[in-house]
Amino acid sequence: MRYHLEFADLWPYWPQFLAGAVTTIEFTFVATVLGLVLGIVGAIARRSGTAWVRVAAGGYVELVRNTPFLIQIFFLYFGLASAGLRLPVFAAAVLAMVINVGAYTTEIVRAGIEAVHPSQIEAAEALGLSTFQIYRDIILRPALERVYPSLTSQFTLMMLQSSITSQISAEELTGAANVIQSITFRSMEAYLVVGLLYLLLTLLLKSGFWALGQVLFPRRRRLGTAL
Amino acid sequence: MGGLSLNYFLYLLQGMGWTVALTLLAFALGGLAGFLVMLARISPVPAVSRATAAYVQVIQGIPVLVILFIVYFGLGILEIDVPPLVAAGLSLTAYTSAFLGEIWRGAVEAVPRTQMEAAECLALTRWQALRDVILPQAVRIATPPTVGFLVQVLKSTSLASVVGFVELTRAAQVINNSTFQPFLIFGTAGLMYFVLCYPLSLWSRTLERRLNVGRR
Amino acid sequence: MSAVVRLRDVHKSYGAVEVLKGVSFEVASGEVVAVIGRSGSGKSTALRCINRLERIQSGMIEVCGRRVDDAALDLRALRQEVGIVFQSYNLFPHLTIEQNITLAPRRVKRMAQREARELAAEMLAKVGLSEKIDAYPEQLSGGQQQRVAIARSLAMSPRVMLFDEVTSALDPHLTGEVLRVMEALAKGGMTMIVVTHEMGFARRAANRVIFMHMGRVWETGPSSILSNPQTPELKDFMANEL
Repeated sequence: MRYHLEFADLWPYWPQFLAGAVTTIEFTFVATVLGLVLGIVGAIARRSGTAWVRVAAGGYVELVRNTPFLIQIFFLYFGLASAGLRLPVFAAAVLAMVINVGAYTTEIVRAGIEAVHPSQIEAAEALGLSTFQIYRDIILRPALERVYPSLTSQFTLMMLQSSITSQISAEELTGAANVIQSITFRSMEAYLVVGLLYLLLTLLLKSGFWALGQVLFPRRRRLGTAL
Repeated sequence: MGGLSLNYFLYLLQGMGWTVALTLLAFALGGLAGFLVMLARISPVPAVSRATAAYVQVIQGIPVLVILFIVYFGLGILEIDVPPLVAAGLSLTAYTSAFLGEIWRGAVEAVPRTQMEAAECLALTRWQALRDVILPQAVRIATPPTVGFLVQVLKSTSLASVVGFVELTRAAQVINNSTFQPFLIFGTAGLMYFVLCYPLSLWSRTLERRLNVGRR
Repeated sequence: MSAVVRLRDVHKSYGAVEVLKGVSFEVASGEVVAVIGRSGSGKSTALRCINRLERIQSGMIEVCGRRVDDAALDLRALRQEVGIVFQSYNLFPHLTIEQNITLAPRRVKRMAQREARELAAEMLAKVGLSEKIDAYPEQLSGGQQQRVAIARSLAMSPRVMLFDEVTSALDPHLTGEVLRVMEALAKGGMTMIVVTHEMGFARRAANRVIFMHMGRVWETGPSSILSNPQTPELKDFMANEL
């Protein structure tokens, strides 16, 4: 018996697909912003002069990077629920994503910071800049410019990874497909459609990050060279 | 909260064994396919290299979980009764092939062009030059990120739980469904993953440091 | 004339190695002092101690009435009075020339952006690089970058300028443009301490020369000592320089 792919059955469900895609975008946006903040804090903590801060930040990074995201979500969502803290799915999903991507971002930002030559900091000190100003203007800005490509591909991976939050019934794109296929029994078609939508989202995200980079880093835009 | 009974622990250990098995399977098959992807990407025939680039873009632009569903339900449509292991193995192979193909292409392209020119001037064929001159040098460059990617594959095998393959994550879910001690169960499973992944991460980092020292 | 910079019996060690073994000298307002000596003689270290890029173990350093060796020193206040130019320029690669120059005036002195831009233009005119205001450091030659570094320091209107072998990293044909800027500064009355290998500059522009040897001030005097050294070590040094 030959099976015919039948996409027409899915057509009535386009609002659900769209809603799922929008949720995926929301997850990605929030997790990117908070994950970057966490990554910057983590990177600074990993270079802290206080030993326990350094060790704690290092432990966080290694634990997160060496365990599956799915286990992290289950641990957080079901674990907190068993302890009496019932997080809304949206919050649990985003929290897990932020914790996860924050660990990767920590390492990326740290690499960027370590590439800033100590003589740059010395020059800034000699000009009378404060520690905070030096961190912001002389260390973080060029560090972020330098690692921007790695950062954006990490955030793109995270967008794809957000599909895993469907396993705690988050209604993002994959979650939407799970629901729709259970109603229509058009499983293959439903996942092909979201696969295509993810591809589009990936392209969208990559172009978005590229455009943002053009705005944020005028030096790179004008000279086209790496820092 | 009671401890983890020995039976449950053994069940988790068994799941851990399947996790390792699935990782090795996906890595071996994905490595083979990845090698072909790499060859096709550096092919002088534009159609071949472009088609492969598209393949890589597609695989890297879709979540592994969705690839898994497509393969799982796709095979179902063909009315082949697929064990979850096959569906998981196939989708992880596809995922691995795209990433390893790209990592290895990068390594090959990191070997200075002059090496290829020198080899060609010695009248080696393209394949001979690749095999005897380029690849041996590329392997050194490729080893650290390849070991690093092995960690990604290992973690990705947890997704096989979704189609009912009883590896470590599925085993943990099964136990948690009857005991409902998520912190303990998923914490233990997480530690088991850590025990598998962390040495690989360390090894990858050591290799990379050694490579950087060698280059200086 | 009052002393702007005063060092008395300064000792400095890196671990077991003592690089400054009791250095004393004074620099008066408006004076241009050339510090010469072999590499390892301690001349750069002495310079870096003056704006406390290096801490000293014992002795006293005073700059514009501030005790630099005092742990409670207001470091940022000191650094507004002391400008330094490094051998490796150390421009900020991610900022334009204008932003390199205006960063400290805006951040430290809270200068308004427009005022800072005018200041940058004025400083760049002084070093002859007005047309480069919107360029990035990597678009400039080494000599041009070093002139920008001088302008960047000048923009904070320091009371004394330190120069740490500022032409050593430059190709010989680029040193002239930097030295000319420094000579013009000297003529304009800037107090300058210049660690250098350029004997020509020392002869032309310096009021006084300090020859350092093995962590000590070995010989000091007007630039004429270069032609007429009193100690065998300076004689030896000058012979090798030629």
